[in-house]
Amino acid sequence: MATAAVGSGLRRSSLPKYSSLGLLAVSWVVMAGLFLIFLLAGMTAAYNLVGVVFFGTVLWAAAVWLISFLVEGSRKAKDRLVTALVTTAFVIALLPLVSLVETVLVRGVARFDVAFFSESMRNIVGAGGGGLHAIVGTLEITLGAAVISVPVGLLAAVYLVEYGRGAVARAITFLVDVMTGIPSIVAGLFAFALLSLVTGNPGYRSGFGGSVALSLLMIPIVVRSSEEMLKLVPNELREAAFALGVPRWLTIVKVVLPTALAGIVTGITLAIARVIGETAPLLLVAGYTTSMNYNLFSGPMVTLPVFSYTQYAQPGVDPVPSIDRAWTSALVLILIVLLLNLAARIIARFFAPKMASR
Amino acid sequence: MTSSPAVAPPVSAKPVRRPGDLIFSGTALAAGLLILVALAAVAVFLVGESIPALGVKKADLPVGFSTFLEYAGPLVFGTVWAALLALVIAVPLSLGIALFISHYAPRRVARGLGYVIDLLAAVPSVVYGLWGITVLAPFVQPFYTFLNTYLGWVPFFSGSVSATGRTVLTVAVVLAVMVLPIITALCREVFLQTPRLQEEAAYALGATRWEMIRISVLPFGRAGIVSAVMLGLGRALGETLAVAMVLSPAVVVSFFVLTTQNPTTIAANIALQFPDSYGISVNVLIATGLVLFVITFVVNALARGIVSRTSVGRNN
Amino acid sequence: MHTPSKGIPLKHLRASLAIGTALTAMIALSSCASNESTPAASGSGSAASSTGTLSGQLNGQGSSAQGNAQTQWIKDFQTANSGVTINYNPVGSGAGRTAFESGGAQYAGSDTYLSDAEVKGTFALCNGQGIDLPDYISPIALAFNVKGVTALKLDATTIAKIFSGKITTWNDPAIKALNSGVSLPSTKIDPVHRSDKSGTTHNLTDYLNKTAPSVWTAAGADAFPFKTGEGAQGTSGVVAAIKGGNGTIGYIDNSQVGSLPVAQIKVGSTYVTPSADGAAAAAEAGTVASGRDASDFAIDVNRTTTDSKQYPITLISNLIVCKQYKDPAIGKVVSAYATYVTSTEGQAAAAKVAGSAPMSAALIAKVQAVAKAIK
Repeated sequence: MATAAVGSGLRRSSLPKYSSLGLLAVSWVVMAGLFLIFLLAGMTAAYNLVGVVFFGTVLWAAAVWLISFLVEGSRKAKDRLVTALVTTAFVIALLPLVSLVETVLVRGVARFDVAFFSESMRNIVGAGGGGLHAIVGTLEITLGAAVISVPVGLLAAVYLVEYGRGAVARAITFLVDVMTGIPSIVAGLFAFALLSLVTGNPGYRSGFGGSVALSLLMIPIVVRSSEEMLKLVPNELREAAFALGVPRWLTIVKVVLPTALAGIVTGITLAIARVIGETAPLLLVAGYTTSMNYNLFSGPMVTLPVFSYTQYAQPGVDPVPSIDRAWTSALVLILIVLLLNLAARIIARFFAPKMASR
Repeated sequence: MTSSPAVAPPVSAKPVRRPGDLIFSGTALAAGLLILVALAAVAVFLVGESIPALGVKKADLPVGFSTFLEYAGPLVFGTVWAALLALVIAVPLSLGIALFISHYAPRRVARGLGYVIDLLAAVPSVVYGLWGITVLAPFVQPFYTFLNTYLGWVPFFSGSVSATGRTVLTVAVVLAVMVLPIITALCREVFLQTPRLQEEAAYALGATRWEMIRISVLPFGRAGIVSAVMLGLGRALGETLAVAMVLSPAVVVSFFVLTTQNPTTIAANIALQFPDSYGISVNVLIATGLVLFVITFVVNALARGIVSRTSVGRNN
Repeated sequence: MHTPSKGIPLKHLRASLAIGTALTAMIALSSCASNESTPAASGSGSAASSTGTLSGQLNGQGSSAQGNAQTQWIKDFQTANSGVTINYNPVGSGAGRTAFESGGAQYAGSDTYLSDAEVKGTFALCNGQGIDLPDYISPIALAFNVKGVTALKLDATTIAKIFSGKITTWNDPAIKALNSGVSLPSTKIDPVHRSDKSGTTHNLTDYLNKTAPSVWTAAGADAFPFKTGEGAQGTSGVVAAIKGGNGTIGYIDNSQVGSLPVAQIKVGSTYVTPSADGAAAAAEAGTVASGRDASDFAIDVNRTTTDSKQYPITLISNLIVCKQYKDPAIGKVVSAYATYVTSTEGQAAAAKVAGSAPMSAALIAKVQAVAKAIK
């Protein structure tokens, strides 16, 4: 970004280039000393390294502001303060991420073996077995949910942004908001009630039911994120297309959607990530099984989170194999979502219009 | 605006209707209406299942409650309280991260960083739950004891401190980590869409980077930010499993964030009580689900109101 | 988004597409999980009844406490009868009974027996009513985690006071009086209870209500009645909470105690450690609820027993089935399955994997007679 040169060095002196980093080191050292005193005074039971980093960083932000204020003036000082805060926010967010990934990797790697990807849990008690049935179930149920939610959600967003006026649009906007508040277990109960009513089978269980329940949770996220992205497409683009005599629908398909594609894809992947980890509604409507089931439309089906959760919640007399399987399914699930993310991004990049910069 | 080509029609003239347009707008409208219908069906289902709960007798409610409202009240409080705490933590962080990625980090690094944060969204609730009880709660417990001992005069930190760290504050942290990627991802996309000319105009006026962000990026993204926060709030309000696994719950109204008696949330309560509930107890739980529905309704109405009052009309 | 102006490197795209296709293909081609590809040779298992000719599919639902035992039983039964597939969905006892009564499941597993009202209600799959067959008995242990304390003796009143928050430190005189010679710290007590509804809670609270009614005023129920102590989800959650804090005590299925120390409970004048034998004895000595069909074994454990052979905090989980199914084909499979589950072999198998207490021979004989008669 071309900012460094702007507005500096005319009247006021500015701080040397790496002064900020140096200050950070000084702040950490100061806090390290302070916490050592705390420890020696008996206020803390053990030496608190995270506390040092955290409060050291806070001290740094304050110090940067103060010194910059004295040397460079208030505007620069504020700018430096925000830079410090924004960077800090990012670092803080990384802490749980690192901890999570580390936990899942370390514990999940124990059963990350061939058997996990080639065996189900049919007739397996205790050690061994695998999560193939859950992997297949996850892919099918999530795919089913995406097939329902993405077209509906995207088209609804198009309607709201490009066509919607008046009461209908307002109602849809509002109800989509409300839809984000459906408790997931209620979505499961509803899908079960609906499908057992339609099929006349009081014991209705299928992966498709799970897809229906998940779409209820997924649609509002798709609509909301797509809507925001479509709104951001500059009107100039639409007007330019209209001026060339392009029909409105073609403008939307060829100009508006591609322009917003990256954002839309981000929204969809977020939505998938949101629902792929659901557990409670799936137990209700997709049931539970230890065997393979490739048929989305009949018979119970499990997904990785359900598998992981039941393995965690009901370990056998020796809980270790179960708990290991639980962590490995969590790891596999994260990997699947990562792959989906990656695929979505590549697709988005492939279809997105070629823009300058950015 | 009109879509008719060639001849310049008078402003009031009807635009030319093309079959393609009709089909496309019809499909889009149908999708919107489908959402209406689906939601109406859910609402009918919820209301139908909830009606028996209103007349529930004392014997069918947990010990200590005599009417449905008495039972639902603390749950409403807990739901809002936990979500609020989570947002207090998550929103500033998310905005910071989104700005960091969109306007601070070197461009080559930014894409990778965005991807790293998206990783958090890829983590399913079960994993957050497992992580929350096995890693986070034991980790924060000493902090809580410290806060309780030395800052106990702050009302929130008083009370008898939890020995396991499984408190509403821990849950709020877990929820914050869960909603953070949602808010960040949307805000980041919105910030990136800020018209380049506006940004450069700000710089041309001699603005520092922060001043540029304040006068061009944030106003442009305001509606998007609110949308993102609402989506995050929706997740925080409705999150089930992570809360159920991590929280030590009680149906109480309490502002203490470090004790073992924490107000629980509606979604978590349903998940915990449903499996072994029978008969009218199930109706009571579904009725609390309806209440959650209403809460989301109200919160979103408020948010929409705020946006429409403060935003200066962007495109539409 | 920030797309590089050059457009995508096509090679990159092709490579990732290829990986994606390969992954999909791999999963699709391994058309069957390797452990399912060879159907079990019939007759390999002699555990189940000799009718290896059964076929059909059963869907059971209910108690998660029975989850592991059911997995084992299903494995044995499917091995002996390769034509049968059984799915047991551990959704919870209440949800299981609801599904069974509405016809959504062919059998249910439930930690509480059918209530009088339920017995009088309708059962979609049955001619007549549904019945309870005890199939899973488990002692509930009070496990604790207090630094420096490895053994603990408690009586009902003290337990009631601990869990209702009336005793708050480990060196309380009431606890000291029961544990002479043990040095108890002044640590705060953190009693951990189940935050979800559960049969385990029901049995503990019923025990406390019957043995210490002046302290524990609430009747036995699935939900923990007081707003005290710490709640945790499921047995796993309670175990995690007990291990995660100092000064904690909680009630869990005895099979999940692991390395945690367990309190001895005062029965009569002696202190009893939870054990399979004690639980089986308590179940055998329990009284069958009156006013029901003769084939309905709704057993109430005698909580106030003074017989030190019995462990009174015992959970009896039931298999809920029809006495007579509308569809005789289902009845035949259910009968065979229930017969295996309640047999000596079935009980031993469950004890091995789930740590439950095998039913006593006398109880097995009675229950087996009913199971065999299911039509």
